[in-house]
Amino acid sequence: MLTPLHLIFYLFSGIALISAVAVVTVRNPVRSVLSLVVTFFSMAGNWMLLRAEFLSLILVLVYVGAVMTLFLFVVMMLSVDRESKQGGFVRYLPFGLIIVLLMTGLIAAAVGPHYFGIKQMPLPGADPADYNNLKLLGDVLYTHYVYAFEVAGVLLLAAIIAAITLTHRGPVRRKVQNISEQIAARPEDRVRLVNLSQDAKPEA
Amino acid sequence: MVSLTEFLIVAAMLFGLGVSGIVLNRKNLIVLLMSIELILLAVNTNFVAFSYFLGNVTGQVFVFFILTVAAAEAAIGLAILVVYYRSHQTIEVQDLDALKG
Repeated sequence: MLTPLHLIFYLFSGIALISAVAVVTVRNPVRSVLSLVVTFFSMAGNWMLLRAEFLSLILVLVYVGAVMTLFLFVVMMLSVDRESKQGGFVRYLPFGLIIVLLMTGLIAAAVGPHYFGIKQMPLPGADPADYNNLKLLGDVLYTHYVYAFEVAGVLLLAAIIAAITLTHRGPVRRKVQNISEQIAARPEDRVRLVNLSQDAKPEA
Repeated sequence: MVSLTEFLIVAAMLFGLGVSGIVLNRKNLIVLLMSIELILLAVNTNFVAFSYFLGNVTGQVFVFFILTVAAAEAAIGLAILVVYYRSHQTIEVQDLDALKG
């Protein structure tokens, strides 16, 4: 009954859950981000078990490679007071625990083996020899969902523009010419005539 | 092979941990954003699991779009965070009371 796939699944899930706990509880935000990276890696392993190879690799490449790096940059850029990060943690701990247990228990009761066990939801048959997750996904994505795909592209463009406009500070220390200021300059602004002949009285 | 319910329960636990991160965390706004990422990961795991067990690839297409939107959301959220930090020198959740809420 306990196949190697079970072992892999429990290994990945255990690592994912432990590091997810660390994301919430660890004091140092940098460690928090790194724990989230571990969670993403192990859940990518679980997705690989579910034959979602493309999405699993996208999770590692895009999420760990881009989004988490962005998080890490921002965490390191802002000097957050490390010690005071968990103020009020103990006060809200019972509340948080109740929420976790209630929510997880309710969902677990709803998706328990009584409804979604191996009998109710049998395994799909073996994949054909030329199974190609990428081709399968692309067949649907570029036909039925092509409009949504293009909307997603526009959304990403809007996100790029929004993020750059928000954080861009303009030319702060660039040596650019101010043409109108240069044209409006008068000689008395630039040149000071000093009388250097000997009979001139020295200025006070 | 592992049954569907085990995947769903792992996703439920990740979801609960993400929600508890939002509740527990009163200090750092970045950890709040990371808790949202955890919740989205749990939802995506549900989609992928159902997609495999029902033999329907549409679930994976949905995960694709959720990942896109989540990446855009993280980028804009962090940009707002940086701008806010520049003007207020803090990102503690308790201090974000400019709207007097």
